[in-house]
Amino acid sequence: MDKTVADLATAVAGIEDGMSVMIGGFGGAGSPIELVHALIDRHLATGHPRNLTVINNNAGNGHVGLAALIETGMVAKLICSFPRSADPVVFTERYLAGEIELELVPQGTLAERIRAGGAGIPAFYTPTGFGTDLARGKAVAEFDGRSYVQERWLKADVALVKAERADRHGNLTYRAAARNFNPLMCMAATETIVQASHVVEAGAIDPEQVVTPGIFVQKVVRVANPAQEEDLNRANASYPEVAA
Amino acid sequence: MSLKLTNNQIAWRAAQDIADGAYVNLGIGFPEKVAQYQPPGRQAIFHTENGILDFGESPAPGSEDWDLINAGKKAVTLKPGAAFFHHADSFAMVRGGHLDVAILGAYEVAENGDLANWSTGPRGVPAVGGAMDLVHGAKRVAVITDHVTKDGRPKLVKRCSLPLTGVGCVTRVYTSLAVIDIEGGRFVLREKLPSVSLEELQALTGAELVVPGAIADLVVPEL
Repeated sequence: MDKTVADLATAVAGIEDGMSVMIGGFGGAGSPIELVHALIDRHLATGHPRNLTVINNNAGNGHVGLAALIETGMVAKLICSFPRSADPVVFTERYLAGEIELELVPQGTLAERIRAGGAGIPAFYTPTGFGTDLARGKAVAEFDGRSYVQERWLKADVALVKAERADRHGNLTYRAAARNFNPLMCMAATETIVQASHVVEAGAIDPEQVVTPGIFVQKVVRVANPAQEEDLNRANASYPEVAA
Repeated sequence: MSLKLTNNQIAWRAAQDIADGAYVNLGIGFPEKVAQYQPPGRQAIFHTENGILDFGESPAPGSEDWDLINAGKKAVTLKPGAAFFHHADSFAMVRGGHLDVAILGAYEVAENGDLANWSTGPRGVPAVGGAMDLVHGAKRVAVITDHVTKDGRPKLVKRCSLPLTGVGCVTRVYTSLAVIDIEGGRFVLREKLPSVSLEELQALTGAELVVPGAIADLVVPEL
Protein backbone atom coordinates (compact mmCIF):
# COMPACT_ATOMS: atom_id res chain seq x y z
CA MET A 1 0.00 0.00 0.00
CA ASP A 2 1.29 3.46 -0.87
CA LYS A 3 -0.92 6.54 -0.53
CA THR A 4 1.79 9.02 -1.43
CA VAL A 5 1.39 11.11 -4.57
CA ALA A 6 4.15 12.80 -6.53
CA ASP A 7 3.34 16.46 -6.02
CA LEU A 8 0.84 19.03 -4.78
CA ALA A 9 -0.80 19.48 -8.20
CA THR A 10 -1.55 15.75 -8.39
CA ALA A 11 -2.86 15.78 -4.84
CA VAL A 12 -5.56 18.40 -5.56
CA ALA A 13 -6.35 17.37 -9.15
CA GLY A 14 -9.66 15.69 -8.23
CA ILE A 15 -11.29 18.68 -6.52
CA GLU A 16 -14.23 19.83 -8.64
CA ASP A 17 -16.62 22.76 -8.87
CA GLY A 18 -19.21 22.94 -6.09
CA MET A 19 -17.44 20.55 -3.74
CA SER A 20 -17.34 20.95 0.03
CA VAL A 21 -13.78 21.24 1.30
CA MET A 22 -12.68 20.99 4.93
CA ILE A 23 -9.43 22.83 5.59
CA GLY A 24 -7.58 22.00 8.81
CA GLY A 25 -5.96 24.52 11.10
CA PHE A 26 -6.79 27.03 13.78
CA GLY A 27 -5.63 30.39 12.56
CA GLY A 28 -2.27 29.55 11.00
CA ALA A 29 -1.40 26.56 13.19
CA GLY A 30 -2.01 23.34 11.27
CA SER A 31 -3.15 25.20 8.16
CA PRO A 32 -2.19 23.28 4.97
CA ILE A 33 -1.13 26.41 3.10
CA GLU A 34 0.75 24.60 0.32
CA LEU A 35 -2.27 22.43 -0.56
CA VAL A 36 -4.50 25.51 -0.59
CA HIS A 37 -2.06 27.35 -2.83
CA ALA A 38 -1.92 24.35 -5.18
CA LEU A 39 -5.70 24.55 -5.46
CA ILE A 40 -5.42 28.26 -6.32
CA ASP A 41 -2.79 27.41 -8.96
CA ARG A 42 -5.19 24.96 -10.57
CA HIS A 43 -7.99 27.50 -10.59
CA LEU A 44 -5.75 30.13 -12.17
CA ALA A 45 -4.68 27.66 -14.87
CA THR A 46 -8.05 26.05 -15.63
CA GLY A 47 -10.82 28.18 -14.10
CA HIS A 48 -11.67 25.29 -11.76
CA PRO A 49 -12.58 24.48 -9.11
CA ARG A 50 -14.94 27.24 -8.08
CA ASN A 51 -18.16 27.65 -6.13
CA LEU A 52 -16.62 25.76 -3.20
CA THR A 53 -18.09 25.40 0.28
CA VAL A 54 -15.21 25.68 2.75
CA ILE A 55 -15.26 24.46 6.35
CA ASN A 56 -12.57 25.95 8.60
CA ASN A 57 -12.52 27.48 12.07
CA ASN A 58 -11.69 30.90 10.66
CA ALA A 59 -12.00 32.91 7.46
CA GLY A 60 -8.39 33.54 6.61
CA ASN A 61 -5.82 36.12 7.63
CA GLY A 62 -4.01 38.49 5.30
CA HIS A 63 -3.67 37.44 1.65
CA VAL A 64 -2.33 33.87 1.86
CA GLY A 65 -3.84 30.43 2.45
CA LEU A 66 -7.61 30.45 3.00
CA ALA A 67 -7.74 34.25 2.59
CA ALA A 68 -6.11 33.89 -0.83
CA LEU A 69 -8.58 31.14 -1.78
CA ILE A 70 -11.42 33.53 -0.95
CA GLU A 71 -9.68 36.44 -2.68
CA THR A 72 -9.36 34.38 -5.87
CA GLY A 73 -13.16 34.09 -5.87
CA MET A 74 -13.29 30.30 -5.47
CA VAL A 75 -15.42 30.18 -2.30
CA ALA A 76 -19.22 30.53 -2.39
CA LYS A 77 -19.91 29.59 1.21
CA LEU A 78 -17.92 29.41 4.43
CA ILE A 79 -18.85 27.37 7.51
CA CYS A 80 -16.79 28.60 10.47
CA SER A 81 -16.86 29.79 14.09
CA PHE A 82 -14.71 32.91 14.03
CA PRO A 83 -14.41 34.85 10.75
CA ARG A 84 -12.14 37.49 12.25
CA SER A 85 -8.38 37.72 12.38
CA ALA A 86 -5.59 40.26 12.59
CA ASP A 87 -6.23 41.10 8.92
CA PRO A 88 -9.69 39.83 7.89
CA VAL A 89 -10.21 42.30 5.04
CA VAL A 90 -10.59 39.70 2.27
CA PHE A 91 -13.49 37.85 3.86
CA THR A 92 -15.04 40.96 5.43
CA GLU A 93 -15.35 42.86 2.14
CA ARG A 94 -16.92 39.93 0.31
CA TYR A 95 -19.28 39.12 3.16
CA LEU A 96 -20.51 42.69 3.52
CA ALA A 97 -20.95 42.89 -0.28
CA GLY A 98 -23.12 39.76 -0.17
CA GLU A 99 -20.67 37.80 -2.34
CA ILE A 100 -20.04 34.96 0.11
CA GLU A 101 -22.43 33.06 2.33
CA LEU A 102 -21.56 32.50 6.01
CA GLU A 103 -22.81 29.74 8.31
CA LEU A 104 -21.63 30.67 11.80
CA VAL A 105 -21.21 27.70 14.16
CA PRO A 106 -19.99 27.72 17.79
CA GLN A 107 -16.47 26.31 17.84
CA GLY A 108 -17.17 23.22 19.95
CA THR A 109 -20.31 22.48 17.95
CA LEU A 110 -18.30 22.80 14.74
CA ALA A 111 -15.73 20.30 16.05
CA GLU A 112 -18.42 17.88 17.22
CA ARG A 113 -20.42 18.17 13.97
CA ILE A 114 -17.28 17.20 12.06
CA ARG A 115 -16.50 14.37 14.50
CA ALA A 116 -20.10 13.14 14.18
CA GLY A 117 -19.82 13.25 10.39
CA GLY A 118 -16.74 11.06 10.56
CA ALA A 119 -18.29 8.71 13.10
CA GLY A 120 -21.56 8.14 11.22
CA ILE A 121 -23.74 9.92 13.78
CA PRO A 122 -26.30 12.08 11.91
CA ALA A 123 -27.27 14.32 14.83
CA PHE A 124 -26.52 14.94 18.49
CA TYR A 125 -27.72 17.20 21.30
CA THR A 126 -25.58 19.89 22.92
CA PRO A 127 -26.28 22.61 25.51
CA THR A 128 -24.20 25.00 23.41
CA GLY A 129 -26.26 27.73 21.82
CA PHE A 130 -29.52 26.91 23.60
CA GLY A 131 -31.66 30.05 23.82
CA THR A 132 -29.39 32.01 21.45
CA ASP A 133 -29.74 33.30 17.90
CA LEU A 134 -27.52 30.47 16.63
CA ALA A 135 -30.07 27.84 17.73
CA ARG A 136 -32.97 29.45 15.87
CA GLY A 137 -34.99 26.89 13.92
CA LYS A 138 -33.20 23.91 15.48
CA ALA A 139 -34.94 21.14 17.38
CA VAL A 140 -34.67 21.30 21.17
CA ALA A 141 -35.12 18.49 23.67
CA GLU A 142 -34.93 18.15 27.43
CA PHE A 143 -32.74 15.53 29.10
CA ASP A 144 -32.67 15.19 32.89
CA GLY A 145 -34.27 18.60 33.29
CA ARG A 146 -31.91 20.54 31.04
CA SER A 147 -32.49 21.83 27.50
CA TYR A 148 -30.30 20.87 24.56
CA VAL A 149 -30.10 21.86 20.90
CA GLN A 150 -30.03 19.27 18.12
CA GLU A 151 -27.09 19.69 15.75
CA ARG A 152 -26.44 17.78 12.51
CA TRP A 153 -23.30 16.04 11.35
CA LEU A 154 -20.98 17.80 8.93
CA LYS A 155 -19.24 15.91 6.14
CA ALA A 156 -17.27 17.02 3.12
CA ASP A 157 -16.15 15.81 -0.26
CA VAL A 158 -12.52 16.63 0.52
CA ALA A 159 -10.36 17.46 3.53
CA LEU A 160 -7.05 19.30 3.20
CA VAL A 161 -4.91 18.46 6.21
CA LYS A 162 -1.46 19.33 7.55
CA ALA A 163 0.47 16.67 9.45
CA GLU A 164 4.00 16.46 10.80
CA ARG A 165 4.72 12.85 9.83
CA ALA A 166 2.88 10.48 7.56
CA ASP A 167 3.76 6.93 6.61
CA ARG A 168 2.84 5.39 3.27
CA HIS A 169 -0.31 3.87 4.80
CA GLY A 170 -1.51 7.34 5.80
CA ASN A 171 -0.91 7.03 9.53
CA LEU A 172 -0.33 10.54 10.87
CA THR A 173 1.19 12.48 13.72
CA TYR A 174 0.87 16.21 14.24
CA ARG A 175 3.04 18.93 15.71
CA ALA A 176 2.02 20.72 18.95
CA ALA A 177 -1.25 22.66 18.68
CA ALA A 178 -1.25 22.28 14.89
CA ARG A 179 -3.38 19.19 15.57
CA ASN A 180 -6.66 21.09 16.32
CA PHE A 181 -9.33 20.26 13.67
CA ASN A 182 -7.05 18.15 11.45
CA PRO A 183 -7.73 14.66 12.89
CA LEU A 184 -11.50 15.30 12.90
CA MET A 185 -11.53 16.47 9.29
CA CYS A 186 -9.59 13.38 8.21
CA MET A 187 -12.53 11.30 9.44
CA ALA A 188 -15.32 13.40 7.93
CA ALA A 189 -14.27 13.70 4.27
CA THR A 190 -14.74 11.30 1.40
CA GLU A 191 -11.19 12.05 0.27
CA THR A 192 -8.61 13.24 2.77
CA ILE A 193 -5.49 14.81 1.27
CA VAL A 194 -2.58 15.27 3.66
CA GLN A 195 0.55 17.37 3.35
CA ALA A 196 3.24 16.13 5.71
CA SER A 197 6.67 17.54 6.54
CA HIS A 198 8.08 14.01 6.70
CA VAL A 199 6.90 10.97 4.75
CA VAL A 200 8.26 7.70 6.09
CA GLU A 201 8.01 3.99 5.39
CA ALA A 202 5.25 1.92 6.99
CA GLY A 203 6.47 0.91 10.43
CA ALA A 204 8.57 4.02 10.96
CA ILE A 205 5.87 5.60 13.13
CA ASP A 206 5.42 3.79 16.44
CA PRO A 207 1.83 2.49 16.46
CA GLU A 208 1.50 3.85 20.01
CA GLN A 209 2.12 7.36 18.64
CA VAL A 210 -0.28 7.32 15.68
CA VAL A 211 -2.90 10.07 16.10
CA THR A 212 -4.83 9.57 12.85
CA PRO A 213 -4.95 5.95 11.66
CA GLY A 214 -4.41 5.59 7.91
CA ILE A 215 -7.95 4.33 7.23
CA PHE A 216 -9.03 8.00 7.37
CA VAL A 217 -6.48 9.15 4.78
CA GLN A 218 -6.51 8.75 0.99
CA LYS A 219 -3.57 10.81 -0.32
CA VAL A 220 -0.27 11.95 1.17
CA VAL A 221 2.10 14.50 -0.34
CA ARG A 222 5.43 15.57 1.11
CA VAL A 223 5.94 19.29 1.81
CA ALA A 224 9.30 19.37 3.52
CA ASN A 225 9.39 22.89 4.91
CA PRO A 226 5.83 24.18 5.12
CA ALA A 227 5.25 27.90 5.46
CA GLN A 228 3.63 29.34 8.58
CA GLU A 229 0.77 31.73 7.87
CA GLU A 230 2.00 34.03 10.64
CA ASP A 231 5.46 34.30 9.08
CA LEU A 232 3.99 34.99 5.63
CA ASN A 233 1.72 37.69 7.03
CA ARG A 234 4.54 39.34 8.94
CA ALA A 235 6.38 39.52 5.61
CA ASN A 236 3.23 41.02 3.98
CA ALA A 237 3.11 38.10 1.55
CA SER A 238 0.21 37.50 -0.80
CA TYR A 239 -0.67 34.54 -3.02
CA PRO A 240 -0.24 34.42 -5.91
CA GLU A 241 2.75 36.72 -5.49
CA VAL A 242 2.10 40.16 -6.84
CA ALA A 243 4.71 41.09 -9.43
CA ALA A 244 6.90 43.93 -8.19
CA MET B 1 -7.97 53.70 46.99
CA SER B 2 -9.35 55.03 43.72
CA LEU B 3 -13.08 55.12 42.98
CA LYS B 4 -13.04 51.87 41.06
CA LEU B 5 -10.75 48.90 40.45
CA THR B 6 -8.51 48.76 37.41
CA ASN B 7 -8.74 45.76 35.07
CA ASN B 8 -5.60 44.36 36.71
CA GLN B 9 -7.23 44.63 40.12
CA ILE B 10 -10.43 42.94 38.94
CA ALA B 11 -8.31 40.14 37.48
CA TRP B 12 -6.39 39.88 40.79
CA ARG B 13 -9.63 39.49 42.76
CA ALA B 14 -10.91 36.78 40.41
CA ALA B 15 -7.58 34.93 40.70
CA GLN B 16 -7.93 34.66 44.50
CA ASP B 17 -10.89 32.28 44.06
CA ILE B 18 -9.02 29.79 41.86
CA ALA B 19 -7.83 26.77 43.81
CA ASP B 20 -4.44 25.12 43.45
CA GLY B 21 -4.62 22.51 40.69
CA ALA B 22 -7.88 23.85 39.21
CA TYR B 23 -8.46 23.41 35.47
CA VAL B 24 -9.26 26.86 34.12
CA ASN B 25 -10.20 28.46 30.81
CA LEU B 26 -9.66 32.20 30.50
CA GLY B 27 -11.47 34.06 27.73
CA ILE B 28 -9.46 35.95 25.13
CA GLY B 29 -8.33 39.46 26.10
CA PHE B 30 -9.01 40.91 29.54
CA PRO B 31 -9.64 37.52 31.27
CA GLU B 32 -6.13 36.37 30.25
CA LYS B 33 -4.79 38.78 32.89
CA VAL B 34 -6.14 36.50 35.64
CA ALA B 35 -3.23 34.09 35.04
CA GLN B 36 -0.75 36.72 36.25
CA TYR B 37 -2.28 37.03 39.70
CA GLN B 38 -2.40 33.49 41.07
CA PRO B 39 -1.63 33.56 44.80
CA PRO B 40 1.83 32.22 45.77
CA GLY B 41 1.85 28.46 46.17
CA ARG B 42 -1.11 27.89 43.88
CA GLN B 43 -0.81 26.70 40.32
CA ALA B 44 -3.86 26.37 38.12
CA ILE B 45 -3.74 24.42 34.86
CA PHE B 46 -4.89 26.55 31.95
CA HIS B 47 -6.86 25.10 29.05
CA THR B 48 -7.01 26.63 25.60
CA GLU B 49 -9.74 25.63 23.14
CA ASN B 50 -7.28 24.93 20.33
CA GLY B 51 -5.85 21.95 22.14
CA ILE B 52 -3.38 22.60 24.96
CA LEU B 53 -3.58 21.95 28.70
CA ASP B 54 -1.00 23.62 30.94
CA PHE B 55 0.38 26.34 28.72
CA GLY B 56 2.41 29.20 30.13
CA GLU B 57 3.46 32.71 29.32
CA SER B 58 4.37 34.17 25.94
CA PRO B 59 7.89 33.41 24.68
CA ALA B 60 10.40 36.19 24.06
CA PRO B 61 9.79 38.03 20.79
CA GLY B 62 11.64 36.24 17.98
CA SER B 63 11.41 32.81 19.61
CA GLU B 64 7.73 32.17 18.87
CA ASP B 65 6.66 28.76 17.59
CA TRP B 66 3.51 29.39 15.53
CA ASP B 67 2.32 25.83 16.08
CA LEU B 68 2.17 26.71 19.78
CA ILE B 69 -0.54 29.33 20.14
CA ASN B 70 -3.55 29.96 22.36
CA ALA B 71 -7.15 30.62 21.38
CA GLY B 72 -6.30 34.30 20.86
CA LYS B 73 -3.67 33.14 18.32
CA LYS B 74 -0.89 34.46 20.53
CA ALA B 75 2.31 32.44 20.90
CA VAL B 76 2.58 30.61 24.24
CA THR B 77 4.98 28.23 26.00
CA LEU B 78 4.42 24.88 27.69
CA LYS B 79 4.76 23.97 31.34
CA PRO B 80 6.01 20.56 32.49
CA GLY B 81 3.06 18.19 32.24
CA ALA B 82 1.41 19.92 29.29
CA ALA B 83 -0.73 17.95 26.84
CA PHE B 84 -1.95 18.40 23.26
CA PHE B 85 -5.29 17.12 21.96
CA HIS B 86 -7.66 17.67 19.05
CA HIS B 87 -10.65 19.99 19.00
CA ALA B 88 -13.31 17.39 19.81
CA ASP B 89 -11.43 16.31 22.94
CA SER B 90 -10.87 19.96 23.81
CA PHE B 91 -14.57 20.73 23.77
CA ALA B 92 -15.38 17.45 25.53
CA MET B 93 -13.33 18.94 28.37
CA VAL B 94 -15.53 22.04 28.16
CA ARG B 95 -19.00 20.57 27.64
CA GLY B 96 -18.34 17.43 29.65
CA GLY B 97 -18.02 19.35 32.91
CA HIS B 98 -14.30 18.74 33.36
CA LEU B 99 -13.18 22.37 33.72
CA ASP B 100 -13.40 23.83 37.22
CA VAL B 101 -13.71 27.47 36.16
CA ALA B 102 -14.25 29.54 33.05
CA ILE B 103 -13.66 33.30 33.36
CA LEU B 104 -15.10 35.45 30.61
CA GLY B 105 -15.72 39.07 29.71
CA ALA B 106 -19.22 40.48 29.22
CA TYR B 107 -21.23 43.13 27.47
CA GLU B 108 -24.18 42.39 29.76
CA VAL B 109 -24.97 39.96 32.57
CA ALA B 110 -28.57 39.49 33.71
CA GLU B 111 -29.80 38.63 37.21
CA ASN B 112 -31.04 35.29 35.86
CA GLY B 113 -27.48 34.36 34.86
CA ASP B 114 -27.87 35.07 31.14
CA LEU B 115 -24.71 36.33 29.47
CA ALA B 116 -24.25 38.49 26.37
CA ASN B 117 -20.61 38.71 25.31
CA TRP B 118 -20.31 37.75 21.64
CA SER B 119 -22.28 40.25 19.54
CA THR B 120 -23.26 43.89 19.82
CA GLY B 121 -25.93 43.54 17.15
CA PRO B 122 -26.52 42.71 13.51
CA ARG B 123 -23.94 45.06 11.98
CA GLY B 124 -20.62 43.80 10.63
CA VAL B 125 -19.31 40.25 10.53
CA PRO B 126 -20.67 37.96 13.27
CA ALA B 127 -18.08 35.82 15.09
CA VAL B 128 -18.71 33.52 18.07
CA GLY B 129 -15.65 31.27 18.49
CA GLY B 130 -15.85 29.11 21.61
CA ALA B 131 -17.85 31.52 23.80
CA MET B 132 -21.16 29.67 23.54
CA ASP B 133 -19.49 26.35 24.38
CA LEU B 134 -17.48 27.70 27.31
CA VAL B 135 -20.52 28.98 29.19
CA HIS B 136 -21.86 25.42 29.39
CA GLY B 137 -20.00 22.76 31.24
CA ALA B 138 -17.45 24.51 33.42
CA LYS B 139 -18.35 23.89 37.06
CA ARG B 140 -18.19 27.65 37.69
CA VAL B 141 -18.69 30.36 35.04
CA ALA B 142 -17.47 33.72 36.28
CA VAL B 143 -17.48 37.08 34.56
CA ILE B 144 -15.00 39.92 35.02
CA THR B 145 -16.14 43.32 33.87
CA ASP B 146 -16.37 47.02 34.53
CA HIS B 147 -19.50 47.65 36.58
CA VAL B 148 -20.86 50.05 33.94
CA THR B 149 -20.31 50.71 30.23
CA LYS B 150 -17.99 53.45 28.99
CA ASP B 151 -20.96 55.83 28.87
CA GLY B 152 -22.08 54.90 32.37
CA ARG B 153 -24.94 52.47 31.75
CA PRO B 154 -25.25 49.35 33.94
CA LYS B 155 -23.74 46.14 32.57
CA LEU B 156 -25.52 44.14 35.27
CA VAL B 157 -29.12 44.19 34.11
CA LYS B 158 -32.53 42.66 34.68
CA ARG B 159 -32.58 41.03 31.23
CA CYS B 160 -29.94 41.20 28.49
CA SER B 161 -30.80 43.36 25.48
CA LEU B 162 -27.90 42.14 23.32
CA PRO B 163 -27.77 38.70 21.64
CA LEU B 164 -27.25 35.99 24.26
CA THR B 165 -24.15 33.82 24.55
CA GLY B 166 -25.84 31.50 27.02
CA VAL B 167 -28.91 31.18 29.22
CA GLY B 168 -28.64 31.03 33.02
CA CYS B 169 -24.94 30.23 32.93
CA VAL B 170 -23.10 32.84 35.05
CA THR B 171 -22.60 32.14 38.75
CA ARG B 172 -20.34 35.00 39.89
CA VAL B 173 -19.47 38.48 38.63
CA TYR B 174 -16.31 40.38 39.58
CA THR B 175 -16.76 44.05 38.72
CA SER B 176 -14.79 47.25 39.18
CA LEU B 177 -16.93 47.95 42.28
CA ALA B 178 -18.16 44.66 43.74
CA VAL B 179 -18.27 40.88 43.83
CA ILE B 180 -21.77 39.58 43.13
CA ASP B 181 -23.12 36.03 43.04
CA ILE B 182 -26.08 34.97 40.94
CA GLU B 183 -28.37 32.76 42.99
CA GLY B 184 -32.01 31.89 42.39
CA GLY B 185 -32.31 34.45 39.60
CA ARG B 186 -31.05 37.35 41.76
CA PHE B 187 -27.88 39.40 42.14
CA VAL B 188 -26.57 38.71 45.65
CA LEU B 189 -23.96 41.21 46.84
CA ARG B 190 -20.92 39.62 48.53
CA GLU B 191 -18.26 42.33 48.55
CA LYS B 192 -18.10 46.01 47.62
CA LEU B 193 -15.50 48.75 47.63
CA PRO B 194 -15.68 50.50 51.00
CA SER B 195 -15.61 53.86 49.18
CA VAL B 196 -18.91 53.13 47.41
CA SER B 197 -22.17 53.26 49.35
CA LEU B 198 -24.83 50.62 48.92
CA GLU B 199 -27.14 53.27 47.44
CA GLU B 200 -24.52 54.36 44.89
CA LEU B 201 -23.85 50.74 43.92
CA GLN B 202 -27.56 50.01 43.51
CA ALA B 203 -27.94 53.12 41.32
CA LEU B 204 -25.20 51.79 38.99
CA THR B 205 -26.80 48.32 38.79
CA GLY B 206 -29.71 47.57 36.45
CA ALA B 207 -31.47 45.10 38.74
CA GLU B 208 -32.05 44.76 42.46
CA LEU B 209 -29.05 43.85 44.60
CA VAL B 210 -29.95 41.40 47.32
CA VAL B 211 -27.99 42.23 50.49
CA PRO B 212 -27.69 39.20 52.76
CA GLY B 213 -26.64 40.92 55.96
CA ALA B 214 -23.08 42.18 56.34
CA ILE B 215 -21.14 42.87 53.14
CA ALA B 216 -17.39 42.26 53.11
CA ASP B 217 -15.08 45.03 51.93
CA LEU B 218 -13.60 44.42 48.49
CA VAL B 219 -9.91 44.91 49.25
CA VAL B 220 -7.38 44.67 46.46
CA PRO B 221 -3.70 45.68 46.38
CA GLU B 222 -2.44 48.52 44.20
CA LEU B 223 -1.22 46.85 41.00
